[in-house]
Amino acid sequence: MSARAVLRNTAVDHTPLRQPRPSGRGEARQTQAAASQALLHGGTEAPAGTHGVLHDSALHEVWRTHRRVVRRRWWMVGSLVVLTVLAGLGDLFTGPAALPFMQVLHGLYDPDVLSPSMQVVLWQVRLPVALMALLVGASLALAGAEMQTILNNPLAEPFTLGVSSCAALGAALAIVLDWGMPGLDAGLLVPANAFLFALGSLLLLQLLAHWRGAHAQTLVLFGIAIGFAAGACLSLLQFIASEDALQQLVFWSMGSLARADWQSVAILAVVVIVTMPFSWRAAGQLTSLRLGEEHARSFGVDVTALRRWALLRISLLAATAVAFVGTVGFVGLVGPHVARMLVGDGHRHLLPASVLIGAALMALASVASKSLVTGVQLPIGIVTALVGLPVFMGLMLRRRGDRA
Amino acid sequence: MKPPLTLQVRDLAVSYRGHEVLAGLSLPDLFAGELIALAGPNGAGKSTFLKALAGLVRATGWVRIGGEDCLRWSVRERAAHIGFMPQTLPLDTWLTVLEATLSALQGNAVGQRQSDEMRALQVIEHLGIGELALRPLFQLSGGQRQLAALAQAVVRGSPVLLLDEPVSALDLAHQWQVMSVARRLADEGRIVLVVLHDLTLAAQWADRIAILSQRNIHSFGRPADVITDKALKEVWCVQARVRSCEQGRPYVLVDGPAGPPTQHAAPQAPLHGGGEAPAGRDGVLHYG
Repeated sequence: MSARAVLRNTAVDHTPLRQPRPSGRGEARQTQAAASQALLHGGTEAPAGTHGVLHDSALHEVWRTHRRVVRRRWWMVGSLVVLTVLAGLGDLFTGPAALPFMQVLHGLYDPDVLSPSMQVVLWQVRLPVALMALLVGASLALAGAEMQTILNNPLAEPFTLGVSSCAALGAALAIVLDWGMPGLDAGLLVPANAFLFALGSLLLLQLLAHWRGAHAQTLVLFGIAIGFAAGACLSLLQFIASEDALQQLVFWSMGSLARADWQSVAILAVVVIVTMPFSWRAAGQLTSLRLGEEHARSFGVDVTALRRWALLRISLLAATAVAFVGTVGFVGLVGPHVARMLVGDGHRHLLPASVLIGAALMALASVASKSLVTGVQLPIGIVTALVGLPVFMGLMLRRRGDRA
Repeated sequence: MKPPLTLQVRDLAVSYRGHEVLAGLSLPDLFAGELIALAGPNGAGKSTFLKALAGLVRATGWVRIGGEDCLRWSVRERAAHIGFMPQTLPLDTWLTVLEATLSALQGNAVGQRQSDEMRALQVIEHLGIGELALRPLFQLSGGQRQLAALAQAVVRGSPVLLLDEPVSALDLAHQWQVMSVARRLADEGRIVLVVLHDLTLAAQWADRIAILSQRNIHSFGRPADVITDKALKEVWCVQARVRSCEQGRPYVLVDGPAGPPTQHAAPQAPLHGGGEAPAGRDGVLHYG
């Protein structure tokens, strides 16, 4: 019988051994093979053998522990929801105008109980600002989380990849040169320009990725280079700007929630609500990308498409958020990292946790921006890092032992 | 009835930016139940060959798995038929070994969470890392991560398995364990291709060995026919002695680079069991 025929025959009758092996080892193998015959042919039944380190009951114990860990993570996400709601309410209750706690609560569902001036404060100032803070935090952190995964870089966030610089450049063009989309009313000129430039920077990144093969490292380098170029143009504009325009520009780039109104809140809310289900659907694929591109592709993930769509979502989220509130760093970077420390790298937990932590962080920053200096509302972009850093450092130090 | 599982490769070529990495490689048909070892010097194209089959690099040629043109398969179809373990280790993540293995199953139907999880756990346990199942990957050693990667490749139970240097970071016991798992998977009716640098290991476990050299096949056949002094000299440029153990399988002792001996040649003495012992009367260094 030829070797090939032997192979074919044995493949059919599943004889575990067909060639002479060193004795002893062959025997051990035979028992193993018998024990694990069903190993890969499906079925929930554990094979009867005990050749590994763990017995069936131990395996079930491991499985139960795994389920416990997963449940604990969902509880964590749940408590983050509570935290975010509390932070949002805290934001609603702080401000220069003294609004009694109960009246605010009452006024939320029945505006008529408030005096007209209080109604304006609550409904035209406090509520849009609080919602804007939550939405901006959520979108920046979600963008950051997806970006860190698809670029495989813990430093990636909209801010580090030049999105903010480009948005600032767009805003500067509108403020200094009055240059922007024709046909827009003056109030929308600055945000529209900032949006277009921020979106443009990420789309340019996408285009470069498309031409040169989307290597994560290359993308990061391109992003940083684009950011530097935009920063240089921005400096040039600041150099030639009038004093008035310069002041306006500096304030814009510090980031502020004070500009929030119902229109901008609605636009950002739509963007967040539309992109989030897609992010959620990609969560499993993003998780496997955390193991490395080759691994993800061998699991059947179309990494190129995943990256393309994720970059599109990131572009929309970051550009819209930055357009309305200006440059806000830190949240997009730190939100996902804090989330990772709390719920791990599985994106079904990581994405919601990032969204919630980002939102809570922004809301807390908003509270701080209103209460740090009495009577003055500090630009939010200044406060985020100041508020977020202690939290972040605390978590890092607590985790230090694990990673060493 | 489904056609019998075969893997047929003819004229497989891969170019990367105008640079030819694999030049029209052809193999005799491979059959279910076979464990094939791929060997060859660095840069010979072994990894590229596996990546081309796994669809990670663009390739041209005629490749059939069970009669189907696998180069035309979608990413998902390919993942269902082919388990691929890349040479690169999984990255430092917070994902546990179990989570990582589960993410390799994501193409499967949703809603069978528990059976998926138990199955992943069984695979992990059979690779001897059951105790590490809930540890995050960044806490594992290189060898442990390599076993985790193997679990990811194996868990889908695909009929064709491509393992790119699965034992490069492993100690002897785990090398044996991985090879015995590969052998068992082949015995269950799969086709398993394994890239190995250790020819003795390849000869010990493989049914047939393909030696790749300079972007193409140098020789293909049973271990004893392929692993010869001549092949070692031609392909690896080393002077080596091929011996045969009692079962007729060859093993390899490398003496040094082929050609005139250089200063860097490995010491011959310990192998011959004579000559000048480097230290100690019995040729063994004793400490303390």
